[in-house]
This record gives sequence, C-alpha cells and structure tokens, in this order.
Amino acid sequence: MATLGELERSIMEILWASADSLSAYDLQERLSDRKLAATTILTVLSRLENKGFVARSRDARPHRYTAAATREDHMAELMHEVLGGATDRMAVLERFVGQVSPAEAETLRRLLS
Amino acid sequence: MLAASIALAVLAVLLAWPVPIALGRATWPHRAPAVALALWQSIALAGGLSMIGALLTFGLSPFGHDIVDAAIGFTQLDGIAAPWHVLALCAALLLTVHLLFNLVATVVRSERQRRRHAQLVTLLSSPLESGARLIDSPTPVAYCLPGPFSSVTVYSAGLVELLSPGELEAVVEHEKAHVLQRHDVVLIAFRAWYASLPWFPIAYRAQREVGLLIEMLADDRARRSVDTGTLARAIAAVGATGAGESTSPAELSDRIRRLELQPLPLAREALVIGGAAALLGVPTVLLFAPALLAALG
Repeated sequence: MATLGELERSIMEILWASADSLSAYDLQERLSDRKLAATTILTVLSRLENKGFVARSRDARPHRYTAAATREDHMAELMHEVLGGATDRMAVLERFVGQVSPAEAETLRRLLS
Repeated sequence: MLAASIALAVLAVLLAWPVPIALGRATWPHRAPAVALALWQSIALAGGLSMIGALLTFGLSPFGHDIVDAAIGFTQLDGIAAPWHVLALCAALLLTVHLLFNLVATVVRSERQRRRHAQLVTLLSSPLESGARLIDSPTPVAYCLPGPFSSVTVYSAGLVELLSPGELEAVVEHEKAHVLQRHDVVLIAFRAWYASLPWFPIAYRAQREVGLLIEMLADDRARRSVDTGTLARAIAAVGATGAGESTSPAELSDRIRRLELQPLPLAREALVIGGAAALLGVPTVLLFAPALLAALG
C-alpha cells in the first residue's frame, strides 16, 4: 500500500507526461495495476489542487485535470531554495551544495593537495 | 536602581557590539564549535536581557530601590515618574513584544516554507531505503529539511554520481548530525534575532557565524565515521561544482582548514562554558541582586 505522498507523486508523473488534460477515470485506468477507487484518485487530485500543483477544468463532466506547472519548473523552484537563491532560505538547512565559482574551486583544490 | 540600570546598559552595548565582533574574529571557535555555539547563544540571550533590563530598571527607578519593590510601587502608582521614565518603560515593553513577535513570526514563516518545500520534495523525489529521498537533479546537493516531528534528508542524483562511497558516507553522516542535534532550533532562534534587529550588523554576523559553527559540528560527527581526508574531499568536491550565490568559498575553506587543527584543550573549553554561564548570570544578578539583598537584610 503506497502512502498518500507516493500516490500524489504517481499522479503528478502521469499528468506531467500527458499532453492532454485527464479525468480521474483516465488516471484510474493508467494506474490500474494499483486497483485504486475513483474516489481515492479524486481525493488525491483535490489535495493536489489545493496545494496548487494541479489545475481543474470544470467545463466538461467529468472534470479534467492538468499539471499547473511543468516538472522542470517545480524542480527549478526547489533547487532555487536549496541553493540559497531565495531571499530567505529559512526552511532548509543546506550546506553540501554546489555553489562555488571555478576560481574558488581551484583554491579549494590547492588546499587539499 | 539607577546604578543597576547603567550597568545593564553598559553590558547591553558591550554584548551588541565589541563582544560579538571579537568572537567573530577569534580563531579558536572553529576548534571548538560546540562551546562556541553555547557562547553565541549566551551572548544573544544576555544581550536581550540586559537591553530590556536597563530600560525596565530605569523606568521603574522612581517607584522603589530594587526591582521587586519598584514593581509593587509601580502597580500602586506610588511614585512620580518623569516623561523619560514612562518612555523607558514603554520602550522595554515594545522591545519585549517585538522580540517575541519576531520569534513567533519567524517560526510560522519557516514552517510554511518548510511545508511547501516538503511537498515539492514528495512530488519530485523517490524514497530511499533509509527513509531519505533522492531527487533526480544533476546539481550535487544534500540537505536536511528539518520538521517539528520528523526531518527529511534529501540527496540529489548528481551528488551520488560525483562522490566516492566514502565521501558519500561523510555527507550522510553530516546530514544525520543536523537531524539528531536539532540544529534547526538553534538556527531559527538566531534568524528570529536577525529578523528583529536587522539594522544591527552584529545580528547578521551572529546568524552567519552560528550557521557555520553548525556545519562544523556536523562535520565533526561525520569525522567519526570517515577519515579526515575523505571528509575534506567531500566538502571540496561538492563545493567546487556549479555556480551559486550565497555560501562564501571562505566558509568552505574554513571548514576544510579546521580539520587540520587540534581541538581546543578541554580546560579551555570548560573556561568558555563557564564564561557563557557567567554571562547569563550577570544581567540576572544585576536585575535581582538588590531585591535579594534587601529581602535577606
């Protein structure tokens, strides 16, 4: 049994890879190996919508869902925070990150030799 | 009362200016990051206490000859306060509220940020057996996302590719130390201090210095599992790739250089701890000693 987080990730993976918007039933079909109830998928979708990761189109029934931004956009946002580009990087205790210019790297290498 | 108020004001100025500057310039803290961290916390706490205490004792001075006596006198309006006394009392109240408010605001803000970041991590990474997460970014990063109940450690594919198994172990042990020693709590207190007093150049310096000391503490923990050379290579290898903005290369070379240094002798560490404790005692004694003496005598 996958956790809710893992289910969210699987659904986002499908939405990111899909060119068209998908309904909960489309998603259920693509996740058929997991034997999920449509209501479970709808719950996860509404959680993702609340968090701003998924956009819902209410024009047609059943509602259709798309990813609000590309995976690359989200990855860029995450790395931006980690690398300290964000104005205040409160939440993240980071240090083992790549962020030194080549000249400075040379100094570091000299230190080690 | 007035003498205590002046003494507290002098202490407040010392702790806001020359003391942190001297500590920031000293070289021994890198040889004893744990005790240096304790000293920074004591400076910040004693500094705040003496700042508020100086204003409070001055404002209350017309109402009695020690703090307890004066506080009682104040509630009974037993005394005549000049405008500057009222001003000092208002300032003491404002400063206290301001500091507490910023602490709460900082905690709330970083919790919101942390939650958003954790959501991104959930969607963009796959779980490892250890409970850590692996993101498929080519930039070599490892970091710990602290939480109130559980912390998540995140590694990138770029990091795993870049480092040898030994170096990777150094990084893992380093991140574990952040989680186990709850470095986030210390860091958030100093960030709140900086948020409260951003015009204090010292607050920024203290926050940076404390951040660096925390990394050194984590490095020390990693050193228990891997040899110094491996750890140094891990620090340099990760630091040497990519281009970024915020961590200065000076900090990285500080972290590498100190690995060669002898730790501070135990006797001197004890001295620093004693000093840190004494520092906290001074404003407390200045505030309450006259009342205590009066009660005993």
